[in-house]
Amino acid sequence: MPKIIFVSADGVTREVAAGADQSIMQAALAAGVPGIVAECNGAAACATCHCYFDPAYAACVGEIGEQESEMLDFAASERTADSRLSCQVRVMAEMDGMTVRVPALQ
Amino acid sequence: MNRVVIVGAGQAGCSAALKLRALGFSGEIILIGDEPMAPYQRPPLSKAYLLGKTTAEALQIRPLSLYRDQRIELRLGCRVIRVLPHARRIETSTGSLDYDHLVLSIGARPLRLDPAIGGALGNVFTLRSIADVDLIRPVFSAGSRLLVIGGGYVGLEAAAVAAQSGLDVVLVEMADRILKRVACAETAAYFRALHAQHGVRILESTAVRRLDGNGTVARAHLSDDEVLATDLVIVGIGVKPDIALASEAGLKLGNGIEVDVFGRTSIEGIWAAGDCASFPYAGRRIRLESVPHAIDHAETVAANICGAHEPYVATPWFWSDQFDVKLQIAGLNANYDRVVVRRGGRPGAISHWYFGGDTLLAVDAMNDARSYMIAKRLIAAGITPDPKSVADAAIDPGLLLKAYAVSADRKRVSLAGEV
Ligand SMILES: Cc1cc2nc3c(=O)[nH]c(=O)nc-3n(C[C@H](O)[C@H](O)[C@H](O)COP(=O)(O)OP(=O)(O)OC[C@H]3O[C@@H](n4cnc5c(N)ncnc54)[C@H](O)[C@@H]3O)c2cc1C
Ligand code: FES
Repeated sequence: MPKIIFVSADGVTREVAAGADQSIMQAALAAGVPGIVAECNGAAACATCHCYFDPAYAACVGEIGEQESEMLDFAASERTADSRLSCQVRVMAEMDGMTVRVPALQ
Repeated sequence: MNRVVIVGAGQAGCSAALKLRALGFSGEIILIGDEPMAPYQRPPLSKAYLLGKTTAEALQIRPLSLYRDQRIELRLGCRVIRVLPHARRIETSTGSLDYDHLVLSIGARPLRLDPAIGGALGNVFTLRSIADVDLIRPVFSAGSRLLVIGGGYVGLEAAAVAAQSGLDVVLVEMADRILKRVACAETAAYFRALHAQHGVRILESTAVRRLDGNGTVARAHLSDDEVLATDLVIVGIGVKPDIALASEAGLKLGNGIEVDVFGRTSIEGIWAAGDCASFPYAGRRIRLESVPHAIDHAETVAANICGAHEPYVATPWFWSDQFDVKLQIAGLNANYDRVVVRRGGRPGAISHWYFGGDTLLAVDAMNDARSYMIAKRLIAAGITPDPKSVADAAIDPGLLLKAYAVSADRKRVSLAGEV
Protein backbone atom coordinates (compact mmCIF):
# COMPACT_ATOMS: atom_id res chain seq x y z
CA MET A 1 0.00 0.00 0.00
CA PRO A 2 1.51 3.33 -1.03
CA LYS A 3 2.11 5.88 1.72
CA ILE A 4 0.82 9.37 1.03
CA ILE A 5 1.97 12.28 3.17
CA PHE A 6 -0.74 14.84 3.87
CA VAL A 7 0.44 18.25 5.00
CA SER A 8 -2.13 20.60 6.48
CA ALA A 9 -2.08 24.35 5.94
CA ASP A 10 -0.44 24.86 9.35
CA GLY A 11 2.34 22.42 8.51
CA VAL A 12 1.13 19.34 10.43
CA THR A 13 2.12 16.16 8.59
CA ARG A 14 0.34 12.76 8.50
CA GLU A 15 1.42 9.63 6.75
CA VAL A 16 -1.47 7.57 5.39
CA ALA A 17 -1.39 4.07 3.94
CA ALA A 18 -3.73 4.40 0.96
CA GLY A 19 -5.75 1.51 -0.50
CA ALA A 20 -5.35 0.71 -4.17
CA ASP A 21 -8.98 1.23 -5.22
CA GLN A 22 -9.46 4.46 -3.35
CA SER A 23 -9.35 8.06 -4.39
CA ILE A 24 -6.91 10.34 -2.57
CA MET A 25 -9.96 11.96 -0.92
CA GLN A 26 -11.17 8.59 0.40
CA ALA A 27 -7.73 7.67 1.70
CA ALA A 28 -7.56 10.97 3.56
CA LEU A 29 -11.03 10.68 5.08
CA ALA A 30 -10.51 7.08 6.11
CA ALA A 31 -7.45 8.16 8.07
CA GLY A 32 -9.17 11.19 9.57
CA VAL A 33 -6.97 13.76 7.83
CA PRO A 34 -8.44 17.17 8.74
CA GLY A 35 -9.17 19.90 6.24
CA ILE A 36 -10.86 17.82 3.53
CA VAL A 37 -14.63 18.25 3.70
CA ALA A 38 -15.85 16.27 0.65
CA GLU A 39 -19.50 17.26 0.91
CA CYS A 40 -20.49 15.38 -2.24
CA ASN A 41 -18.50 12.28 -1.36
CA GLY A 42 -16.60 12.20 -4.59
CA ALA A 43 -19.25 13.17 -7.12
CA ALA A 44 -17.08 16.06 -8.40
CA ALA A 45 -19.90 18.39 -7.44
CA CYS A 46 -18.68 20.37 -4.43
CA ALA A 47 -14.99 21.36 -4.69
CA THR A 48 -14.48 20.85 -0.95
CA CYS A 49 -11.79 18.19 -1.43
CA HIS A 50 -9.30 20.53 -3.12
CA CYS A 51 -5.60 19.63 -2.56
CA TYR A 52 -2.20 20.58 -3.97
CA PHE A 53 -0.26 17.65 -5.44
CA ASP A 54 3.49 17.27 -5.66
CA PRO A 55 4.36 18.08 -9.32
CA ALA A 56 7.07 15.41 -9.27
CA TYR A 57 4.22 12.84 -9.36
CA ALA A 58 2.23 14.57 -12.11
CA ALA A 59 2.44 11.53 -14.38
CA CYS A 60 0.57 9.22 -11.97
CA VAL A 61 -1.79 11.96 -10.77
CA GLY A 62 -3.07 12.20 -14.33
CA GLU A 63 -5.03 14.69 -16.38
CA ILE A 64 -7.57 17.11 -15.02
CA GLY A 65 -11.16 16.96 -16.28
CA GLU A 66 -13.06 19.93 -17.69
CA GLN A 67 -15.73 20.02 -14.97
CA GLU A 68 -13.04 19.64 -12.33
CA SER A 69 -11.00 22.46 -13.78
CA GLU A 70 -13.98 24.82 -13.89
CA MET A 71 -14.73 24.14 -10.25
CA LEU A 72 -11.17 24.67 -9.12
CA ASP A 73 -11.17 28.15 -10.64
CA PHE A 74 -13.62 29.14 -7.93
CA ALA A 75 -12.55 26.91 -5.07
CA ALA A 76 -12.32 28.50 -1.63
CA SER A 77 -8.52 28.44 -1.59
CA GLU A 78 -6.39 29.74 -4.41
CA ARG A 79 -5.95 27.49 -7.40
CA THR A 80 -2.37 26.74 -8.45
CA ALA A 81 -0.83 24.60 -11.18
CA ASP A 82 -0.77 21.75 -8.61
CA SER A 83 -4.47 21.96 -7.69
CA ARG A 84 -6.77 18.97 -8.11
CA LEU A 85 -10.02 17.73 -6.61
CA SER A 86 -8.64 14.88 -4.54
CA CYS A 87 -11.75 12.76 -5.19
CA GLN A 88 -10.85 12.70 -8.88
CA VAL A 89 -7.34 11.34 -8.33
CA ARG A 90 -6.96 7.57 -7.97
CA VAL A 91 -4.35 6.08 -5.65
CA MET A 92 -1.53 4.32 -7.56
CA ALA A 93 1.33 2.20 -6.30
CA GLU A 94 3.77 4.71 -7.82
CA MET A 95 2.48 7.40 -5.45
CA ASP A 96 4.43 5.96 -2.53
CA GLY A 97 6.00 8.91 -0.69
CA MET A 98 3.98 11.58 -2.51
CA THR A 99 3.12 14.75 -0.61
CA VAL A 100 -0.37 16.21 -0.79
CA ARG A 101 -0.92 19.64 0.70
CA VAL A 102 -4.35 20.43 2.15
CA PRO A 103 -5.47 24.06 1.71
CA ALA A 104 -6.56 26.29 4.58
CA LEU A 105 -10.12 26.67 3.29
CA GLN A 106 -12.53 24.39 1.45
CA MET B 1 -22.49 10.55 32.92
CA ASN B 2 -21.76 12.46 29.78
CA ARG B 3 -23.37 10.67 26.89
CA VAL B 4 -24.72 11.72 23.53
CA VAL B 5 -27.00 9.20 21.88
CA ILE B 6 -27.65 9.69 18.19
CA VAL B 7 -30.65 7.93 16.68
CA GLY B 8 -30.33 7.25 12.96
CA ALA B 9 -26.98 6.17 11.55
CA GLY B 10 -27.23 7.99 8.22
CA GLN B 11 -25.46 11.02 6.81
CA ALA B 12 -26.59 13.42 9.55
CA GLY B 13 -25.98 10.97 12.39
CA CYS B 14 -22.49 10.18 11.17
CA SER B 15 -21.62 13.85 10.70
CA ALA B 16 -22.88 14.76 14.18
CA ALA B 17 -20.82 12.00 15.80
CA LEU B 18 -17.60 12.88 13.97
CA LYS B 19 -18.04 16.57 14.60
CA LEU B 20 -18.58 16.08 18.33
CA ARG B 21 -15.20 14.36 18.55
CA ALA B 22 -13.52 16.86 16.27
CA LEU B 23 -14.68 19.61 18.61
CA GLY B 24 -13.15 17.83 21.55
CA PHE B 25 -16.24 16.25 23.14
CA SER B 26 -14.75 13.58 25.37
CA GLY B 27 -17.83 11.75 26.65
CA GLU B 28 -19.55 8.70 25.21
CA ILE B 29 -21.00 8.86 21.71
CA ILE B 30 -23.44 6.11 20.74
CA LEU B 31 -24.73 6.06 17.18
CA ILE B 32 -27.77 3.80 16.71
CA GLY B 33 -29.16 2.71 13.36
CA ASP B 34 -31.77 0.20 12.33
CA GLU B 35 -30.05 -0.67 9.06
CA PRO B 36 -27.33 -3.35 9.24
CA MET B 37 -24.78 -1.13 7.46
CA ALA B 38 -22.55 1.55 8.94
CA PRO B 39 -23.57 5.02 7.66
CA TYR B 40 -23.48 5.11 3.88
CA GLN B 41 -24.09 7.55 1.05
CA ARG B 42 -27.52 7.43 -0.52
CA PRO B 43 -26.92 9.50 -3.68
CA PRO B 44 -25.07 6.69 -5.50
CA LEU B 45 -28.04 4.36 -4.88
CA SER B 46 -29.90 5.84 -7.84
CA LYS B 47 -26.67 6.32 -9.82
CA ALA B 48 -23.48 4.21 -9.69
CA TYR B 49 -24.81 1.56 -7.28
CA LEU B 50 -27.99 0.88 -9.29
CA LEU B 51 -25.81 0.78 -12.39
CA GLY B 52 -23.69 -1.90 -10.71
CA LYS B 53 -20.57 0.27 -10.89
CA THR B 54 -19.79 0.39 -7.19
CA THR B 55 -20.04 -1.91 -4.19
CA ALA B 56 -21.94 -1.51 -0.93
CA GLU B 57 -18.61 -1.24 0.96
CA ALA B 58 -17.53 1.66 -1.23
CA LEU B 59 -20.69 3.52 -0.18
CA GLN B 60 -19.71 3.67 3.48
CA ILE B 61 -19.12 7.28 4.51
CA ARG B 62 -16.21 6.27 6.76
CA PRO B 63 -14.52 2.89 7.31
CA LEU B 64 -15.46 1.01 10.49
CA SER B 65 -11.96 1.50 11.85
CA LEU B 66 -12.48 5.25 12.02
CA TYR B 67 -15.44 4.91 14.41
CA ARG B 68 -13.26 2.75 16.63
CA ASP B 69 -10.38 5.24 16.48
CA GLN B 70 -12.77 8.07 17.31
CA ARG B 71 -14.46 6.10 20.13
CA ILE B 72 -17.85 6.27 18.49
CA GLU B 73 -19.92 3.26 19.45
CA LEU B 74 -21.97 2.00 16.52
CA ARG B 75 -25.09 -0.02 17.32
CA LEU B 76 -26.37 -1.27 14.02
CA GLY B 77 -29.48 -3.30 13.31
CA CYS B 78 -30.96 -1.70 16.39
CA ARG B 79 -34.25 0.18 16.27
CA VAL B 80 -35.22 2.89 18.71
CA ILE B 81 -38.80 2.27 19.70
CA ARG B 82 -39.55 4.93 22.30
CA VAL B 83 -38.14 8.14 23.72
CA LEU B 84 -38.90 8.95 27.36
CA PRO B 85 -37.83 12.60 27.63
CA HIS B 86 -38.50 12.99 31.35
CA ALA B 87 -36.30 10.05 32.23
CA ARG B 88 -33.81 11.03 29.49
CA ARG B 89 -34.01 7.45 28.32
CA ILE B 90 -34.71 5.61 25.10
CA GLU B 91 -36.00 2.11 24.57
CA THR B 92 -34.56 0.13 21.69
CA SER B 93 -35.10 -3.26 20.15
CA THR B 94 -32.13 -4.45 22.21
CA GLY B 95 -32.68 -2.72 25.56
CA SER B 96 -32.88 0.76 27.06
CA LEU B 97 -30.28 3.46 27.32
CA ASP B 98 -29.93 6.76 29.19
CA TYR B 99 -28.71 9.94 27.53
CA ASP B 100 -27.68 13.47 28.40
CA HIS B 101 -28.23 14.68 24.86
CA LEU B 102 -30.28 12.92 22.24
CA VAL B 103 -29.92 13.69 18.54
CA LEU B 104 -32.69 12.52 16.23
CA SER B 105 -31.33 12.06 12.72
CA ILE B 106 -33.86 9.50 11.57
CA GLY B 107 -34.14 10.70 7.99
CA ALA B 108 -37.30 10.16 5.97
CA ARG B 109 -39.22 7.29 4.50
CA PRO B 110 -40.20 6.91 0.87
CA LEU B 111 -43.88 7.31 0.10
CA ARG B 112 -45.37 4.11 -1.23
CA LEU B 113 -48.14 3.36 -3.62
CA ASP B 114 -51.36 2.40 -1.86
CA PRO B 115 -51.74 -1.41 -1.65
CA ALA B 116 -55.37 -0.90 -2.70
CA ILE B 117 -54.12 0.07 -6.18
CA GLY B 118 -51.42 -2.56 -6.38
CA GLY B 119 -48.64 -0.96 -4.34
CA ALA B 120 -47.93 -4.22 -2.50
CA LEU B 121 -47.43 -6.36 -5.62
CA GLY B 122 -44.08 -8.05 -6.22
CA ASN B 123 -41.51 -6.06 -8.24
CA VAL B 124 -42.95 -2.73 -7.08
CA PHE B 125 -40.03 -1.00 -5.41
CA THR B 126 -39.05 2.13 -3.57
CA LEU B 127 -35.49 3.47 -3.70
CA ARG B 128 -34.14 4.72 -0.40
CA SER B 129 -31.76 2.14 1.05
CA ILE B 130 -29.13 -0.33 -0.04
CA ALA B 131 -31.64 -3.06 0.80
CA ASP B 132 -34.11 -1.52 -1.69
CA VAL B 133 -31.58 -1.50 -4.52
CA ASP B 134 -30.45 -5.03 -3.69
CA LEU B 135 -34.05 -6.08 -4.30
CA ILE B 136 -34.25 -4.17 -7.57
CA ARG B 137 -30.98 -5.32 -9.11
CA PRO B 138 -31.85 -8.98 -9.82
CA VAL B 139 -34.79 -7.92 -12.02
CA PHE B 140 -33.06 -4.83 -13.40
CA SER B 141 -31.86 -6.39 -16.62
CA ALA B 142 -31.61 -5.40 -20.26
CA GLY B 143 -34.88 -5.88 -22.11
CA SER B 144 -37.07 -5.63 -18.99
CA ARG B 145 -39.87 -3.12 -19.05
CA LEU B 146 -39.56 -0.59 -16.25
CA LEU B 147 -42.22 1.84 -15.19
CA VAL B 148 -40.98 4.75 -13.07
CA ILE B 149 -43.70 6.56 -11.14
CA GLY B 150 -42.73 10.14 -10.34
CA GLY B 151 -40.65 12.67 -12.25
CA GLY B 152 -38.48 14.03 -9.45
CA TYR B 153 -34.71 13.65 -9.26
CA VAL B 154 -34.71 10.12 -7.83
CA GLY B 155 -37.18 8.89 -10.48
CA LEU B 156 -35.31 10.59 -13.32
CA GLU B 157 -31.95 9.24 -12.16
CA ALA B 158 -33.37 5.73 -11.93
CA ALA B 159 -34.86 6.11 -15.42
CA ALA B 160 -31.50 7.27 -16.79
CA VAL B 161 -29.59 4.37 -15.27
CA ALA B 162 -32.22 1.95 -16.54
CA ALA B 163 -32.04 3.30 -20.08
CA GLN B 164 -28.24 3.02 -19.95
CA SER B 165 -28.62 -0.57 -18.78
CA GLY B 166 -30.82 -1.46 -21.74
CA LEU B 167 -34.19 -1.53 -20.01
CA ASP B 168 -37.25 -0.28 -21.77
CA VAL B 169 -38.32 2.73 -19.67
CA VAL B 170 -41.55 4.65 -19.26
CA LEU B 171 -41.80 7.41 -16.65
CA VAL B 172 -45.17 8.78 -15.62
CA GLU B 173 -45.68 12.08 -13.84
CA MET B 174 -49.04 13.13 -12.49
CA ALA B 175 -48.30 16.89 -12.64
CA ASP B 176 -48.29 18.71 -15.96
CA ARG B 177 -44.52 18.41 -16.11
CA ILE B 178 -41.56 16.63 -14.52
CA LEU B 179 -39.60 18.37 -11.72
CA LYS B 180 -42.64 20.51 -10.98
CA ARG B 181 -41.93 20.77 -7.26
CA VAL B 182 -38.20 21.49 -7.54
CA ALA B 183 -37.26 23.17 -10.81
CA CYS B 184 -38.40 25.64 -13.46
CA ALA B 185 -40.04 24.73 -16.76
CA GLU B 186 -36.74 25.37 -18.59
CA THR B 187 -34.85 22.82 -16.50
CA ALA B 188 -37.70 20.35 -16.89
CA ALA B 189 -37.62 20.83 -20.67
CA TYR B 190 -33.86 20.23 -20.70
CA PHE B 191 -34.19 16.92 -18.88
CA ARG B 192 -37.27 15.85 -20.82
CA ALA B 193 -35.30 16.27 -24.05
CA LEU B 194 -32.26 14.50 -22.61
CA HIS B 195 -34.35 11.49 -21.62
CA ALA B 196 -36.17 11.43 -24.94
CA GLN B 197 -32.81 11.31 -26.74
CA HIS B 198 -31.98 8.19 -24.78
CA GLY B 199 -35.28 6.50 -25.48
CA VAL B 200 -37.05 7.12 -22.17
CA ARG B 201 -40.74 7.70 -22.73
CA ILE B 202 -41.96 10.43 -20.36
CA LEU B 203 -45.72 10.81 -19.87
CA GLU B 204 -46.73 14.00 -18.09
CA SER B 205 -50.20 14.86 -16.74
CA THR B 206 -50.61 11.12 -16.37
CA ALA B 207 -51.39 9.19 -13.22
CA VAL B 208 -51.23 5.50 -12.48
CA ARG B 209 -54.75 4.41 -11.59
CA ARG B 210 -53.89 0.87 -10.68
CA LEU B 211 -51.23 -1.80 -11.01
CA ASP B 212 -52.24 -5.41 -11.45
CA GLY B 213 -50.73 -8.81 -11.92
CA ASN B 214 -50.75 -12.24 -10.43
CA GLY B 215 -48.69 -11.59 -7.27
CA THR B 216 -46.10 -9.74 -9.33
CA VAL B 217 -46.83 -6.56 -11.24
CA ALA B 218 -47.65 -7.16 -14.91
CA ARG B 219 -49.65 -4.15 -16.04
CA ALA B 220 -50.20 -0.51 -15.21
CA HIS B 221 -53.52 1.17 -15.92
CA LEU B 222 -52.96 4.85 -16.62
CA SER B 223 -55.33 7.79 -16.26
CA ASP B 224 -55.48 8.23 -20.04
CA ASP B 225 -56.74 4.63 -20.30
CA GLU B 226 -53.47 3.32 -21.69
CA VAL B 227 -52.50 -0.10 -20.31
CA LEU B 228 -48.74 -0.62 -20.06
CA ALA B 229 -47.14 -4.03 -19.81
CA THR B 230 -44.46 -3.81 -17.16
CA ASP B 231 -41.98 -6.13 -15.44
CA LEU B 232 -41.00 -3.83 -12.62
CA VAL B 233 -42.00 -0.52 -11.11
CA ILE B 234 -39.91 2.02 -9.21
CA VAL B 235 -41.98 4.42 -7.14
CA GLY B 236 -40.24 7.78 -6.71
CA ILE B 237 -43.02 9.98 -5.42
CA GLY B 238 -41.16 11.63 -2.55
CA VAL B 239 -40.43 11.01 1.08
CA LYS B 240 -42.03 11.84 4.39
CA PRO B 241 -40.35 12.12 7.78
CA ASP B 242 -41.43 9.31 10.09
CA ILE B 243 -42.95 11.22 12.97
CA ALA B 244 -44.24 8.35 15.13
CA LEU B 245 -41.25 8.31 17.49
CA ALA B 246 -41.19 12.08 17.88
CA SER B 247 -44.93 12.40 18.20
CA GLU B 248 -45.15 9.84 21.00
CA ALA B 249 -42.32 11.62 22.81
CA GLY B 250 -44.38 14.82 22.75
CA LEU B 251 -42.07 16.78 20.43
CA LYS B 252 -43.52 19.66 18.47
CA LEU B 253 -44.10 18.59 14.88
CA GLY B 254 -44.76 20.41 11.64
CA ASN B 255 -43.46 19.08 8.33
CA GLY B 256 -41.16 16.81 10.36
CA ILE B 257 -39.61 17.47 13.75
CA GLU B 258 -39.55 21.19 14.50
CA VAL B 259 -36.23 22.61 15.60
CA ASP B 260 -35.14 26.18 16.32
CA VAL B 261 -32.14 27.90 14.71
CA PHE B 262 -29.83 26.02 17.06
CA GLY B 263 -31.23 22.60 16.17
CA ARG B 264 -33.10 22.20 19.48
CA THR B 265 -36.48 20.48 19.50
CA SER B 266 -39.26 21.62 21.80
CA ILE B 267 -37.94 19.38 24.59
CA GLU B 268 -34.76 20.12 26.51
CA GLY B 269 -31.87 17.81 25.68
CA ILE B 270 -33.32 16.58 22.38
CA TRP B 271 -31.98 17.83 19.05
CA ALA B 272 -32.82 16.94 15.44
CA ALA B 273 -30.98 17.31 12.13
CA GLY B 274 -31.14 16.32 8.48
CA ASP B 275 -34.11 15.08 6.44
CA CYS B 276 -36.32 14.60 9.51
CA ALA B 277 -36.11 18.17 10.83
CA SER B 278 -37.88 21.35 9.79
CA PHE B 279 -36.02 24.53 10.64
CA PRO B 280 -36.38 28.31 10.31
CA TYR B 281 -35.11 29.71 7.00
CA ALA B 282 -35.57 33.24 5.69
CA GLY B 283 -38.67 33.89 7.74
CA ARG B 284 -40.36 30.55 7.15
CA ARG B 285 -39.95 26.94 8.13
CA ILE B 286 -38.53 24.44 5.64
CA ARG B 287 -37.17 20.94 5.41
CA LEU B 288 -34.30 20.07 3.08
CA GLU B 289 -33.48 16.66 1.66
CA SER B 290 -29.84 16.78 0.65
CA VAL B 291 -26.45 15.54 1.75
CA PRO B 292 -24.82 18.96 2.19
CA HIS B 293 -27.69 20.07 4.40
CA ALA B 294 -27.57 16.86 6.45
CA ILE B 295 -23.84 17.45 7.06
CA ASP B 296 -24.05 21.15 7.88
CA HIS B 297 -27.15 20.86 10.03
CA ALA B 298 -25.74 17.96 12.03
CA GLU B 299 -22.42 19.71 12.51
CA THR B 300 -24.19 22.79 13.86
CA VAL B 301 -26.10 20.60 16.30
CA ALA B 302 -22.83 18.98 17.40
CA ALA B 303 -21.26 22.39 17.95
CA ASN B 304 -24.26 23.54 19.97
CA ILE B 305 -24.18 20.42 22.14
CA CYS B 306 -20.61 21.50 22.89
CA GLY B 307 -21.95 24.92 23.90
CA ALA B 308 -21.26 27.00 20.79
CA HIS B 309 -24.75 28.58 20.61
CA GLU B 310 -24.31 28.91 16.86
CA PRO B 311 -27.37 29.48 14.64
CA TYR B 312 -27.73 27.34 11.54
CA VAL B 313 -27.55 29.31 8.32
CA ALA B 314 -28.44 26.99 5.47
CA THR B 315 -26.73 27.51 2.10
CA PRO B 316 -28.76 24.97 0.11
CA TRP B 317 -27.16 23.16 -2.77
CA PHE B 318 -27.72 19.84 -4.53
CA TRP B 319 -26.53 17.80 -7.47
CA SER B 320 -27.94 15.13 -9.76
CA ASP B 321 -26.33 12.94 -12.42
CA GLN B 322 -28.33 11.83 -15.45
CA PHE B 323 -26.68 10.23 -18.47
CA ASP B 324 -23.65 12.43 -19.21
CA VAL B 325 -25.14 15.49 -17.57
CA LYS B 326 -24.15 16.79 -14.18
CA LEU B 327 -26.74 19.11 -12.73
CA GLN B 328 -25.63 21.36 -9.88
CA ILE B 329 -28.13 23.52 -8.04
CA ALA B 330 -27.34 26.38 -5.70
CA GLY B 331 -29.90 28.22 -3.58
CA LEU B 332 -33.63 27.70 -3.08
CA ASN B 333 -35.91 28.76 -5.90
CA ALA B 334 -39.11 29.22 -3.86
CA ASN B 335 -41.18 32.23 -5.01
CA TYR B 336 -39.17 33.00 -8.15
CA ASP B 337 -40.89 35.12 -10.76
CA ARG B 338 -38.53 34.76 -13.69
CA VAL B 339 -35.74 32.64 -15.05
CA VAL B 340 -32.76 33.92 -17.02
CA VAL B 341 -31.02 31.47 -19.32
CA ARG B 342 -27.26 31.61 -19.71
CA ARG B 343 -25.23 29.62 -22.24
CA GLY B 344 -22.01 28.22 -20.77
CA GLY B 345 -18.52 28.05 -22.21
CA ARG B 346 -18.59 24.37 -23.21
CA PRO B 347 -20.86 22.79 -25.82
CA GLY B 348 -24.10 21.81 -24.09
CA ALA B 349 -23.35 23.84 -20.97
CA ILE B 350 -26.28 25.93 -19.82
CA SER B 351 -27.57 27.45 -16.61
CA HIS B 352 -30.92 28.75 -15.43
CA TRP B 353 -30.86 31.64 -12.98
CA TYR B 354 -33.96 32.17 -10.79
CA PHE B 355 -34.85 35.70 -9.74
CA GLY B 356 -37.53 36.81 -7.30
CA GLY B 357 -38.08 40.53 -7.70
CA ASP B 358 -34.59 41.98 -7.52
CA THR B 359 -32.96 39.02 -5.85
CA LEU B 360 -31.02 36.11 -7.28
CA LEU B 361 -32.52 33.07 -5.53
CA ALA B 362 -31.08 29.99 -7.17
CA VAL B 363 -29.32 28.52 -10.17
CA ASP B 364 -29.57 25.19 -12.00
CA ALA B 365 -26.37 24.53 -13.93
CA MET B 366 -26.15 21.70 -16.47
CA ASN B 367 -22.57 20.66 -17.29
CA ASP B 368 -21.62 24.18 -16.35
CA ALA B 369 -19.59 24.02 -13.15
CA ARG B 370 -18.27 27.50 -13.73
CA SER B 371 -21.67 29.16 -13.63
CA TYR B 372 -22.61 26.99 -10.67
CA MET B 373 -19.56 27.95 -8.60
CA ILE B 374 -20.00 31.64 -9.34
CA ALA B 375 -23.72 31.59 -8.58
CA LYS B 376 -23.21 29.70 -5.36
CA ARG B 377 -20.83 32.37 -4.12
CA LEU B 378 -23.08 35.21 -5.21
CA ILE B 379 -26.10 33.69 -3.48
CA ALA B 380 -24.18 32.99 -0.28
CA ALA B 381 -22.96 36.59 -0.24
CA GLY B 382 -26.43 37.97 -1.01
CA ILE B 383 -25.25 39.62 -4.22
CA THR B 384 -27.59 39.86 -7.19
CA PRO B 385 -25.97 40.30 -10.59
CA ASP B 386 -27.61 42.29 -13.32
CA PRO B 387 -29.91 39.83 -15.15
CA LYS B 388 -28.86 41.36 -18.49
CA SER B 389 -25.22 40.45 -17.94
CA VAL B 390 -26.25 36.98 -16.78
CA ALA B 391 -28.10 36.45 -20.05
CA ASP B 392 -25.14 37.65 -22.09
CA ALA B 393 -22.84 34.69 -22.59
CA ALA B 394 -20.06 37.05 -23.62
CA ILE B 395 -19.91 38.61 -20.16
CA ASP B 396 -17.92 36.63 -17.65
CA PRO B 397 -19.95 36.59 -14.43
CA GLY B 398 -16.68 35.75 -12.70
CA LEU B 399 -16.05 39.47 -12.86
CA LEU B 400 -18.98 40.01 -10.53
CA LEU B 401 -17.21 38.06 -7.88
CA LYS B 402 -14.43 40.59 -7.72
CA ALA B 403 -16.94 43.02 -6.29
CA TYR B 404 -16.80 41.63 -2.82
CA ALA B 405 -14.13 40.54 -0.41
CA VAL B 406 -13.06 36.97 -1.00
CA SER B 407 -13.75 36.03 2.59
CA ALA B 408 -17.42 37.02 2.53
CA ASP B 409 -18.89 33.56 2.20
CA ARG B 410 -16.19 31.52 3.88
CA LYS B 411 -18.50 29.76 6.21
CA ARG B 412 -16.54 26.55 6.00
CA VAL B 413 -13.20 27.13 7.54
CA SER B 414 -11.29 23.94 7.89
CA LEU B 415 -9.90 24.09 11.38
CA ALA B 416 -6.94 21.97 12.31
CA GLY B 417 -8.24 18.96 14.19
CA GLU B 418 -11.52 18.87 12.33
CA VAL B 419 -12.53 15.63 10.67
C1 LIG C 1 -31.85 7.46 -4.15
C2 LIG C 1 -31.44 8.74 -3.52
C3 LIG C 1 -30.64 9.64 -4.22
C4 LIG C 1 -30.23 10.84 -3.64
N1 LIG C 1 -29.42 11.69 -4.35
C5 LIG C 1 -28.96 12.81 -3.76
C6 LIG C 1 -28.05 13.67 -4.42
O1 LIG C 1 -27.65 13.43 -5.57
N2 LIG C 1 -27.58 14.77 -3.76
C7 LIG C 1 -27.99 15.06 -2.49
O2 LIG C 1 -27.54 16.05 -1.92
N3 LIG C 1 -28.87 14.27 -1.83
C8 LIG C 1 -29.37 13.16 -2.43
N4 LIG C 1 -30.25 12.35 -1.76
C9 LIG C 1 -30.76 12.78 -0.43
C10 LIG C 1 -29.82 12.42 0.70
O3 LIG C 1 -29.37 11.12 0.56
C11 LIG C 1 -30.52 12.62 2.03
O4 LIG C 1 -30.94 13.95 2.13
C12 LIG C 1 -29.62 12.30 3.21
O5 LIG C 1 -29.28 10.95 3.20
C13 LIG C 1 -30.29 12.65 4.52
O6 LIG C 1 -29.52 12.22 5.61
P1 LIG C 1 -30.18 11.90 7.01
O7 LIG C 1 -29.07 11.46 7.90
O8 LIG C 1 -31.05 13.01 7.42
O9 LIG C 1 -31.14 10.67 6.74
P2 LIG C 1 -30.80 9.17 6.27
O10 LIG C 1 -29.57 9.14 5.44
O11 LIG C 1 -32.07 8.66 5.69
O12 LIG C 1 -30.50 8.40 7.63
C14 LIG C 1 -31.48 8.11 8.59
C15 LIG C 1 -31.21 6.75 9.17
O13 LIG C 1 -31.96 6.57 10.37
C16 LIG C 1 -32.48 5.27 10.41
N5 LIG C 1 -33.62 5.24 11.34
C17 LIG C 1 -34.86 5.77 11.18
N6 LIG C 1 -35.63 5.55 12.26
C18 LIG C 1 -34.87 4.87 13.15
C19 LIG C 1 -35.11 4.34 14.45
N7 LIG C 1 -36.27 4.50 15.08
N8 LIG C 1 -34.09 3.66 15.06
C20 LIG C 1 -32.88 3.51 14.46
N9 LIG C 1 -32.62 3.99 13.24
C21 LIG C 1 -33.59 4.66 12.59
C22 LIG C 1 -32.84 5.02 8.96
O14 LIG C 1 -33.03 3.66 8.68
C23 LIG C 1 -31.63 5.61 8.26
O15 LIG C 1 -30.60 4.68 8.17
C24 LIG C 1 -30.67 11.15 -2.32
C25 LIG C 1 -31.48 10.26 -1.61
C26 LIG C 1 -31.86 9.07 -2.20
C27 LIG C 1 -32.74 8.13 -1.41
S1 FES D 1 -15.69 15.38 -2.84
FE1 FES D 1 -16.95 16.84 -3.79
S2 FES D 1 -15.75 17.45 -5.47
FE2 FES D 1 -14.50 16.00 -4.49
